Order: sequence, then C-alpha cells, then structure tokens
Amino acid sequence: MQTKRVIFNNRLLPYLLLLPQMAVTVIFFLWPAGQAFRQSFLREDAFGFKTTFVGLANYTELFHDPRYLNSLSVTAVFSISVAVLSIGLSLLLAVAADRMVRSAQFYTTLLVWPYAVAPAIAGTLWWFMFNPTIGILPYILEGLNYDWNHGLSSTDAMILVVLAATWKQISYNFLFFLAGLQAIPQSLREAAAIDGAGPAKRFFTIVFPLLSPTTFFLVVVNVVYAMFDTFAVIHATTEGGPAQATNILVYKVFEDGFIGLNLGSSAAQSVVLMAIVVVLTVIQFRWIERRVEY
Amino acid sequence: MFTKFSIAALTLGLSATTSLAATEISWWHAMGGELGAKLEEIVAGYNASQDKYKVVPTFKGTYPETMTAAIAAFRAGEQPDIVQVFEVGTGTMMAAKGAVYPVYELMKDAGAKFDPKEYLPAVVGYYSDTEGNMLSLPFNSSTPIFYYNKDVFKKAGLDPETAPKTWEEVEAFSKKIMESGAAKCGFTTGWVSWVQLENLSAWHNQPIGTLQNGFGGMDSKLTVNGPVQVKHWDNLKKWQDAGIFQYGGPTGGNDAPPKFYSQECAMYMNSSASRAGVLLNAKDFQVGFGMLPYYSDVQGAPQNSIIGGATLWVLKGHDAEQYKGVADFFTYLSSAKVQADWHQYSGYLPITQAAYDLGKSQGYYEKNPGSDVAIKQMTLNAPTENSKGLRFGNYVQIRTVIDEEFQEMLAGKKTAQQALDAVVERGNKLIADFAAAN
Repeated sequence: MQTKRVIFNNRLLPYLLLLPQMAVTVIFFLWPAGQAFRQSFLREDAFGFKTTFVGLANYTELFHDPRYLNSLSVTAVFSISVAVLSIGLSLLLAVAADRMVRSAQFYTTLLVWPYAVAPAIAGTLWWFMFNPTIGILPYILEGLNYDWNHGLSSTDAMILVVLAATWKQISYNFLFFLAGLQAIPQSLREAAAIDGAGPAKRFFTIVFPLLSPTTFFLVVVNVVYAMFDTFAVIHATTEGGPAQATNILVYKVFEDGFIGLNLGSSAAQSVVLMAIVVVLTVIQFRWIERRVEY
Repeated sequence: MFTKFSIAALTLGLSATTSLAATEISWWHAMGGELGAKLEEIVAGYNASQDKYKVVPTFKGTYPETMTAAIAAFRAGEQPDIVQVFEVGTGTMMAAKGAVYPVYELMKDAGAKFDPKEYLPAVVGYYSDTEGNMLSLPFNSSTPIFYYNKDVFKKAGLDPETAPKTWEEVEAFSKKIMESGAAKCGFTTGWVSWVQLENLSAWHNQPIGTLQNGFGGMDSKLTVNGPVQVKHWDNLKKWQDAGIFQYGGPTGGNDAPPKFYSQECAMYMNSSASRAGVLLNAKDFQVGFGMLPYYSDVQGAPQNSIIGGATLWVLKGHDAEQYKGVADFFTYLSSAKVQADWHQYSGYLPITQAAYDLGKSQGYYEKNPGSDVAIKQMTLNAPTENSKGLRFGNYVQIRTVIDEEFQEMLAGKKTAQQALDAVVERGNKLIADFAAAN
C-alpha cells in the first residue's frame, strides 16, 4: 500500500497540531477514566469527608450482588436486541431505498430525520405513545385485548426501551448501508442476474459480502451505542424499572453513584463496563474482521 | 477629552452601584409548577421588604436531583447557602457534620430570635438531634390525606359528604362504585412507599425499624415485614387483580393524579400538598377530603400520620455576612403571615402554631372545608415511638427498594410476605453500608 508522507519543515508543528485533540482526549477521556479507576478502590461518604481504601472490596461485592448480575443479563438482552434489530431493519430499508431511482433522496431524508432528535426527546416521545394511562398505543392494544403496562410488566418495559433505542439508531445505520450499497458496482449484480441468480441469491452471495466492511463497522458502533448512548432513552422512559428489568449497566452506574451516592461501587461498575466494551471490541476486531472482505 | 471624562464618570457610576449591591444568598430548591411560582413570590416579597440581602432561588429538579446537585457542588466547593432536602435525605445530611451548619447554631450566631417551641412538635421532632436542637428549618411539611370524587359517590348511591374511614369501607365503596359504573376503578395512590408502607405503619402504631425507627442510632434494622403491613400489601395485590386498585407508578406515582383528574379512579391518596394540583385540575367534579383509612381490627389505629416534604439546610463554607442574611430570611419565612399564606395556597402544613392560629382567626378553615384534615390527622394523638417519623441512612435507596419489591409483588413474582422480607433484607444492607461509610 502506498503511504503518503507529509514533510513538516518545523519540528514542533506536528505536535502543536495534535495538541488540541490530545488535550480533549486527556481531559474528557483519560482523566475521568483514571478518576473512576482510583475511586473504585475507595469507600467514601456522600460529602467526601471520610475516605477509606478498601482494595478490591467494591469489585467483589459487585459480583456477589444478584442485582448486578441481573443488570449484566438485562444489558446483554438489550444490546443484542438493539444491535440486531437496528442493523437488520436499516439494511432492509437501505436495500429498498437503493432500488428507487428518483425518490431515493426523499426516502433518505425521511429516514435520517430521527437521528437529529435528541435521545432524551426520543425517549419522551415513546414514553408518551406507550403511556398506559394517556398513550395512544395502549389504547389500540386494548382493542386487541392486550393490557399494556410497562410500569408493571418487565417484558413490556424491555420492548419499549428496545424500540425507542433502535428507532434512533436506524437512521445512522441506514446512511452507511446506503452508501455501502451504492459503492457496489452495478456490473457485478447484472452479471449475476445474467447467470440466472435470483434477487435473494444475488443479495447473499454478492451484495452482503461486499457490504461486510460496513456491517462490521456498524456492529462495533451499534454495540457501543447500545451499551453507553442509550442512557438518555432509559432515563426518559422507564428509569431502569420496573423492578430493575431495564436497568442496564450504564444506567446502574448513574443510579448507584448519583442517586444512591455510593461513589466507590459506581466507579467500580464503570470500570467493569469499560472493560467489557474493550473486550467486546477486541473480540470483534480479531475474529470478525478476519471474515470481512475488503 | 469629553469622551474620556464621560467614560470615567460612567465607570465610576456603575462601580458605585455594584459596591452597594445586596449580599446574595443562593437557595436551591425542588419546587416546580404552581408551588415553584408561589415560592418565587415569597422570595420576591422578602427581597422587596429590605435591601441588605437578596435571596436567589434556583429550581434544581426533583428532590433527589436537588440533593445530589448540592452534594456534588459541595465537593467542588460551589455549594449554595440554602438547600431544600426532602425528609428521607435527613439521615445523610445529619451525618455530614462537616458540611452542614445547624440552624439552631446559625440563628444563635447571627443573634436572631429562634424558639423551637413555636414550631409544631411533630415537625420539630423529625429534624432535631438527640438533644432536641433543630438542625434544619421546616419549610414545607406535608402528610398524606385522602381525596375522593363527590360526584362519583353520588352517582354510585353513596353519601358524597362521608369519606370512607376504614379499609373495609374503601373496598366496599369501590365495589359499589365499579358495579354502578360510576367509575372504572376504586382508588389509586401516589408515593406507595411513603403512604402505603411508612404512613400505614405509623397510622397503625406499628414500628418501621428498631431503635425508635432509627432515631436512636445508625445501626438500626427495618421491621416493616410485620403482620399489618403484610396484610395490607396482600390486599393491595388482591385489589389490583380485581381492578379496585390501580398502580400509579414508582417514587411519586406520577400516573396516579391523571387517573383521579380524569375520573377513572374515584378515590386517591397523596400528599396534602397535592391539594393545589387537585383543585386546579379537578375541573368537572367536586372533591372531598378525608383522613387516611385504617384497619378497624388493629389495636392502636388510628394513631397519627408522619410528615413528608422537605426542610431547609444551611451549608458551611460561606462568609458570616451571608449567614446573617440566611438567619434574617429564615425569620421572615417563619413569620405567621408568610407561613399561613404558603400553607393555605399549597396544602403543606402550617409549620408554626402562630400560622395555624392566624388561619383560624381568618376563618380560612371554615371557608375551605378539608383544608385542615392534614393538620388534624397529624396531631390526632401524641406521637409514640412508632409514629414520630423515621431516620435511616441511605433511605433514598431504600425507597427505591420498596418500590421495586412492590412492583415485583404486583407483577405476581412474589407474595407480600416475600416482598416485604426482601425490603427488610436489602434495606438492612444499605443501612449497614451507610453506617460503615460514615
């Protein structure tokens, strides 16, 4: 591969140009992460007057806590559902939009709109639509004899948050898939059609493999999204309830740290969460990337 | 030359005004909506009545959000002068001796007149230490009462002027209302934890925890899984399955008020401070007020109800001049006129005897039936060890535990006994954590 090398006359200039980005990374990522790491070994009272070093006690307590284990399984269910649903639906929509010649732009605009909605607003929108007392969807579901109440039923609550989180992410995935589809040469598809391949076979043997770099990228992004960026959606809809049925890891960090004021345990949880996502990303890069055809 | 002169004059003029500015006192509170508007009115009245101090109120969100914000601000050295903390945060605030400036000390140091005996005993007892010194200033204390829809009662053939007194009557009235089609459900409730467990216990003279409900020390244990509480939660589950009771959600139960306002549920239990909202939103029907129902077969019931709401805590780290202003503002807030006005508008209890007497002399309680139910219910009997209130560490989280176990019970995953046993087990661990960290 040919690499472009840029020659700088000034020895200091490259470092100065990198400095702003480094500063942002250090201040907003490394410093808080280091702080969380440090706090996870301490036990403090809310105001910070009495601080004791407790070693790994916060971590061991976590893994003995049935509620933390519940949170792990809830997060697994939630992130897999969100990733699969949002990638699947957006791929479907992208394939459909790709076929349109004239109205592709129109559909693209409509499908990209939800991305501009702030997560908290998206959560509130869905909360209103599904509210058991004043929402429109429970009213319709009552006609189908289903009593929707996400304040009591954990399945209903999980469905609600998965829908709200997926809805937001479809737009992002859709854009990437559409771009990926448009990069596939039409000649390949035509050649396959001439050889007698039907649309489904064409999709699975030609289009999907050529989309694999995009799919791989989106899987990584979607998993990270489901683990971290869905905090606002959960907070605006179910607040981790009912009875911790939607208390994903990142929400539990907030609940234990800011509401419960147990900073040590909350810091330990955020360190564990960071480790989980790092491991997931490493796994994805090592195993799945091998199957990606560039 | 002239421009230079005028600029200099302008600068001098502007700086002169700033040096005469009043001492600013920051107050972080959790009163939104109508209550927030009233609070700002009171503050504006104080600021207009004198020019030495200026109180600046800031709405910080819900009670937990306000408390968390104040604690985070304290850790960053940016704390406000006054913060409104709800009653379940009392344990945390009392334990933070390095952060809190007790009100009795503040008033003494500022030379302000302050007599704890002027305040209602039930309120004072909740916020005093073991020596009887008041640590925070009562501002908005409430107690849960019973609201009902008079029109639905009439339609169902019940006497609209009589509220149900016992839980047996609540069940019977609900069945009659539902059978006659006057309303879809019998009753709903806000604040399941505060109304249907804590106040249930106090109202029936049952202990909530050991060591006088936690007043006696930090190593107390919960005892809410007693027979009366289990029976009541069993009933709530039974009634929910029959449609007599509808759940309004965790914490404050924000889905409950719309059920009452829309006349879906005929009866509703919530804070006496919901009165302002009820009168504003119950447009198409008459509202009746009553005391909380009790079980007639429990000895000692009805005892007295316990308070909720919040008090004002003063945080350390400011200068003496600001604290003088805080003391002056507190004196204004406790004056009979201001307290009576706040109480009559909001439905919060009159904090001082003088405010209650002022209301009586104004004939307010005759003109507004049901406005004194709260204070009568709270002072029905002299408080016992079980009904003085409660004080546990980490109680904010224990409230969440209560909500979660209640939800599990309603979803059919646990019986009432199992749910309350889990509350005790999880709650005791949280209390022990708090004692260890403090």
